[in-house]
Formats: sequence, structure tokens, C-alpha cells
Amino acid sequence: MARKLNLRIWRGDSTDGGLKDVQVDVNEGEVVLDVIHRVQATQMGDLAVRWNCKAGKCGSCSMEINGKPRLACMTQVASFDENETITVTPLRAFPIIKDLVTDVSFNYKKAMEIPAYEHPKDLAPGAARMEQIDVERSQEFRKCIECFLCQDVCHVVRDHEENKKSFAGPRFFIRIAELDMHPLDTLKNRKRKAQEEHGLGMCNITKCCTEVCPEHIRITDNAIIPMKERVVDIKYDPARMFSAILKREKRD
Amino acid sequence: MSGVFSPTRAKIKERTLRTDKWWIEPLITFAVLISFVIYASFRAFENANYYIEPLISPFYSPCLSSACVEGSSLLGTPIGTIAIFGLVISPALFILIFPLGFRMTCYYYRKAYYRSFWMSPPACAVAEPHEKYTGETRFPLIFQNAHRWFFYAGLVFNVLLTVDAILAFKNAEGQWGHMSVGTLVLLANSILLWGYSASCHTCRHTLGGRLKHFSKHPIRYKLWTQASALNHYHQQFAWVSLFGVAFADIYVRAVASGAITNVYFF
Repeated sequence: MARKLNLRIWRGDSTDGGLKDVQVDVNEGEVVLDVIHRVQATQMGDLAVRWNCKAGKCGSCSMEINGKPRLACMTQVASFDENETITVTPLRAFPIIKDLVTDVSFNYKKAMEIPAYEHPKDLAPGAARMEQIDVERSQEFRKCIECFLCQDVCHVVRDHEENKKSFAGPRFFIRIAELDMHPLDTLKNRKRKAQEEHGLGMCNITKCCTEVCPEHIRITDNAIIPMKERVVDIKYDPARMFSAILKREKRD
Repeated sequence: MSGVFSPTRAKIKERTLRTDKWWIEPLITFAVLISFVIYASFRAFENANYYIEPLISPFYSPCLSSACVEGSSLLGTPIGTIAIFGLVISPALFILIFPLGFRMTCYYYRKAYYRSFWMSPPACAVAEPHEKYTGETRFPLIFQNAHRWFFYAGLVFNVLLTVDAILAFKNAEGQWGHMSVGTLVLLANSILLWGYSASCHTCRHTLGGRLKHFSKHPIRYKLWTQASALNHYHQQFAWVSLFGVAFADIYVRAVASGAITNVYFF
């Protein structure tokens, strides 16, 4: 049975904008994206919203619902109180294009900066064999749907626009971790590049990326912290530092 | 204007549009951590009521200074007595840097205090108040990378506190084969500390996380799997072991000061 829902939608573009109140019908079982589509069909024909699969797998309908970065297609209206006004805004870490649509090209630029997998030179492309236990860590990261909610919530760029130059963000730290943990990847210096070129050291482990991930990837525990530990291996590990000193003394 | 108020972003004047009580968690974290810091500082400077045979407070173990009360120095007194302006430095101050450093650089506590003390950020999708942010890339936060050093030091402390718990199977006259409430308190404290260390991200990494080929190292893979399972509960171990240390100290202080009697089961 339909009921009325109070919705506040941010409308505007890069020059100006604001929150507009609307009242819209909502049916049992509907998600926020359904309601936005109904507003678009009945009250705001020019409302811009990006969406595609409506099944939580394409990562297109990322927006902020009551201030939290979420997928609109996976957010049940019933998860809010009946009398609550639901506020819907675009992602606040990226430049606005129109209404609920932002320019997420920052992420594609960062993706291009990550060095690709490097196959062993002495191994023919079809000859690679890996055991399941060697690849399952990376498989968790392959669940990423590139909704960029983790990038949006990360305060390093969300609250500091100037850091976008030097910080790849959690989505790309899982990409780096996936490659660094790949049993056949031969690229040298991936750890050092993560620290010195992609801004791994800027992450302060506040775990917001993990909290918002719709695929429940344990971004911080399974990718970012292991990568920080791998950087410690090459730069700050006490055992390695002592062994380096000993080797130097022997040479002298 | 930076961050969410940058000119290219959607023009929204609120720092956050979250409607839930996002401030409760950092507030509780702040209150609990600051309470612990105040209590631990008081106890570290008190320099009294930390040993009564066979119980020693975890804040004072190992007791390495000549100022330690008789019988409390398991490893001798290599530090001697150091005084500043005639005031003898408490033995706790020589050792607390290690467990303190381990917790300060812990990946879980970092999240907790960056959010609750430094508000960087106070909660997810809540704009932080700072104009600039460089994270853990430069002084002083680059020292967070010393976590592994403190992890190894923490293991030494775990061994020593376990020895303290074993020594608590003595009675007040130094005879073995007895057990008191104090024994259980020190034993629980050492078990919780081992749990905190074993669930640590650095432990998980050093056991096997750094490998690329688990299949070539089946034992380390097994250890990594077990450390990963414990790692899910690292936050819980962090809190419970913190309370465990505080409770063990409170108990030893109460017994040593004569406020309560250490009841023996046998």
C-alpha cells in the first residue's frame, strides 16, 4: 500500500544549488532509487540521476542519503522511520555536474597511474598456474564494483581538495594490494611507489572506506594495513635494519 | 574554502547531513581513553602500592630501578636510582613507554584517537575542522611506522607479565602450589595481552601476510589464517586488554594498600 514520503533532493549545478522538498508516493519494498525515479517521472522531469543495473552491481547510483555515502538502489526506504524526511545529495567529494550527478573522472585518472600487472618474462601467457590459496586474498578485492563510495567518504580528499594530486584513495590501494599480493606479478618497487607516489602514508586508518563499501570488502584490514606493513618491511623493519647494519660492518 | 565547501562541489552549507547520533562513539572513546590516561599517569607517578608478594602491578613490571620495593625486581635493578630535583623517578616511568608505544601506534587505536581526539575525521562523512592534512607522511606521525618495534617489545612484556602470573601461584610466604583471586587477575591480564598481540595486524603480517605464495609455506599460511581469524576481534581485544591492565593494577593496589585482602582458594 502506498504512503507519502517526504524527500529532500539537492538540485543545482556548479554555479548554485540547494535542497528542494518534495512529497512522493512510496510502496512497500521500494528502494530510494525507485522513489527518485518516481519524482523524476511525476514532478521533476529534468532531475539528473546516474543509474544502471538497479541491483547493486554497477556502482552507478552512488549518492549520499541522509549524509551517508550509499547506493540508492540498495537502500530500502523501509530502513528509515516512516515520518523521517530522507535527504538525498550528490557525492560531496567530487565536482558537481548536475543534481545528483558528479564528475568522478578523478578516479579514472588515478586508475591510469597504477602500474599494471607484469607477467614473468620466462612464462608463456597460457602457462600460468596458481593455487586457490594464492589468489583468494586478491579475489576479495576483485569484488569491487567501482561505486567510488570509499573514495567519496575518505576524508583525505573529501576534506582536502589539494590532496587529490598525491593521493590515490582506498579503491586504488586495494588495486595495488591485489597486484602486490599476486603470486606472479614481477613489478619491482610496487610497495615503494604505493608509499611515495600514491599516498599510502596519508591514510590514517579511520576505516570509513570499509564502513561504506557495499561489497563488504575489508579495505582497511585486508588491503591498506597489509600494504602499510609491506612498506614497513622495506623501510622501517627492525630486523632488516639491524641486518643491513651488520652487513655494512662486515663489508667495512 | 576547501574540502566539501570547495567551489567545484555541490553547494551544501552543512558540514554533514547525517541524522544519526554519529558523535556518541567518538565521545565515549574520548571519555574512556582520557580516563585511562589520567589513571595510568596517577599510578605511574604514585610510586607506591604496586607490589605485595606474590602480586605485582602490570604498570611496574619489570621493576628495574633500585627504587623498587624489595622483592619486586625479577630482573635485578640495572637502572639504579635516578632523581630529578631530589625526587626519585618512579620505576614505572622507565618501562611504560613500551606498552604505551605499542598501543599508541596500534592500527585500531589510531582509528579510535584520530576520530575522537583529533577529529580527523570525527566520524565518516562528517567534515573535519583542520585546514591541512598530511597524514602519516611526516613528523611526528611518521613514527606510527614504529609499530613493529613496539610489537616486538610488547611480546617481551607479555612474557614477563605471564611470568608474574605464574609467580602468583605462590603464597605470601613464597611457597608454590597456591592460588588466589590475585592469581586469576594476573592470569586473565596476561591472557588478554597475548590475545591483543596475537590479533595485531603486525603479528598477522609477520606470520604470513607478507608472503606472495601461501602454497609454498603451508605452516605460515595456517598461522596467518589463525591470526586473521583473531584479527577480526582486534578492536575487542584492544579494549578488553586495556581494561584488564587497569583492573589488575587496581586490584594489586587495593591489596598492597591493605584496602582488601587477597583471598586464597588453596
